[in-house]
Amino acid sequence: MSRKRGRDQFPGFEFVAGNGLIDRRALLSRGFAAATASAGASLAAAEPLEIDPWSRAPGMTTVPIEPRSRFEAKVARTLTNPNGEPRTQHARTPHHMLHGTITPNPLHFTIVHTGSPDIDPDKHRVVIHGLVRRPLIFTLEALSRYPMRSQMAFVECAGNSAPMFSKEPIQANLQALHGLVSCAEWTGVPLSILLDEAGIDSRAKWLIAEGADSGALNRSVPLRKCMDDAMIALYQNGERLMPGNGYPMRLLLPGYEGNMNVKWLRRLTVTDQAAMTYQESRNYSPLLPGGRAYKFYFINEVKSFITHPSFGSVLKAPGYYEISGIAYSGTGRIAKVMVSADGGNSWGEALLQEPRLPMAFTRFCMPWQWDGQAAILQSRAFDEAGNFQPTRAEFVSKRGETKTVPNVIAFANQHYNSITSWGIERNGEIRHVYA
Amino acid sequence: MLKLVAAGLVVALAAEPAAAESPNLGQPIGEADIKAWDITILPDGTGLPAGNGNSAQGARVYAEKGCAACHGENASGGSNVALVGRPPLDRIEARKTIANFWANATTLFDSIRRSMPWPQPQTLSNDEVYALTAYILALNNIIDENEVMNAQTLPKVKMPNRENFIIRFPNRL
Repeated sequence: MSRKRGRDQFPGFEFVAGNGLIDRRALLSRGFAAATASAGASLAAAEPLEIDPWSRAPGMTTVPIEPRSRFEAKVARTLTNPNGEPRTQHARTPHHMLHGTITPNPLHFTIVHTGSPDIDPDKHRVVIHGLVRRPLIFTLEALSRYPMRSQMAFVECAGNSAPMFSKEPIQANLQALHGLVSCAEWTGVPLSILLDEAGIDSRAKWLIAEGADSGALNRSVPLRKCMDDAMIALYQNGERLMPGNGYPMRLLLPGYEGNMNVKWLRRLTVTDQAAMTYQESRNYSPLLPGGRAYKFYFINEVKSFITHPSFGSVLKAPGYYEISGIAYSGTGRIAKVMVSADGGNSWGEALLQEPRLPMAFTRFCMPWQWDGQAAILQSRAFDEAGNFQPTRAEFVSKRGETKTVPNVIAFANQHYNSITSWGIERNGEIRHVYA
Repeated sequence: MLKLVAAGLVVALAAEPAAAESPNLGQPIGEADIKAWDITILPDGTGLPAGNGNSAQGARVYAEKGCAACHGENASGGSNVALVGRPPLDRIEARKTIANFWANATTLFDSIRRSMPWPQPQTLSNDEVYALTAYILALNNIIDENEVMNAQTLPKVKMPNRENFIIRFPNRL
């Protein structure tokens, strides 16, 4: 578990931390190719080439909406309620099988409490009323004529990562642990323009957003956030919203817990007090050790996790790997991600890929030479507001952990943002560990 | 007469100046015309409709509307959550219930009216919602069996756990 271990075995790399972490600047330099080439010199020569069957005949006919390759069928969301029984339905994003920073629309996570409504966009409208001078109602067509803004933003359920409140590490993959967060480019109308047109009363402090779903899900949002960077989103990655993401319009509150980003938005009521709706009274007020609870948590705090390699994949042989993952923060842009391969004894700074946008996924990567010995991979994100991920010990000392091991799809608590650790075993298998 | 009132409303709305230098593509609408959608109840009782109900009436509504299909007999839980019970908040994963957790009784009226019963939301009369609210509060020993719930009494109900919340980020409010 020392820096020396990697250095002695693989001359040519500049190691920055224990167990083979390579200086990120290697990724930017031309010398890197030479170093990896020499490290891979022991590989056996490849077989002679033959012409493949798909190269011997013309391929598929182009269709209007292109489906993914049939070989990618396994890249799918996992469901908790596939038959639509009368309870909440969750669909989790398979981050371990994706890359980059944008979640494809069919794979964006969703949580739907009473089924996604089948809304006719020509009949849908949203009303702004309450403590305003002029109550107004907007059709989709009217909103489509407003000046639009696009923003890359992650949306994350406050209950994402909840299995990590478990007192023992649950052996589950990234999709099960962190699949309730996704990132998209959202395009829509800044809410402040519409609220200004309605004319906010000086007593106003809150806005109650409500959906057109059969549960009429509603949440209270501080007016400050609504006037700051909130939007009514109409597009998701360039196309109209997916039904499960609120078609034809949703509230987007960058950095705020997913449940507040009300989908199928039909009503915005300006008030002088929070409504204390079912969702905010119960699910989104996290219990603390000792029996008290937080309310109005709202912010999804800085978090990161390693997507490659991660639980479920197997390292087939010692040698070069790229450690890669996702970092994001509800309090701003990612400033730095540190990576450890020795369970936090030593850390090296990861390379952050561009673009690096506030309230959006930032992809980090770290070159790594695995020597075939046990290792523990971790990432720790820091944002530009000065916030950073607590260690698990620090986190648990404040927020607690469960007394028994919960079901992996249960929500023991909310707003977990500590470090995720992948234990690499000598046979290349990966376990979820606490370190 | 109705037409006169409606005409007067349009004049009043039109007289209100629109925001300058903005698209102004929203259509003015009177609060009276929003009424069918206006179902939010605030903790101080704002929005509570006329009507009333007590626990005995609520027990009948609970049976008639098939609430037990999901919430069990006597609201003790089934395929969906129990509506009765007050387990201790002795662990961070403790089951949050109406009696051990909810801060406001108005939340009960609001959530029943907007989303229940599951297959036919917003079909209960206001009296039925008040009655169900009284039934559940009484089952949890938060009100007496004979207490009538209405727009005056419901906001005054003191929920046992109401003082145990800490605002996480006060500077965001």
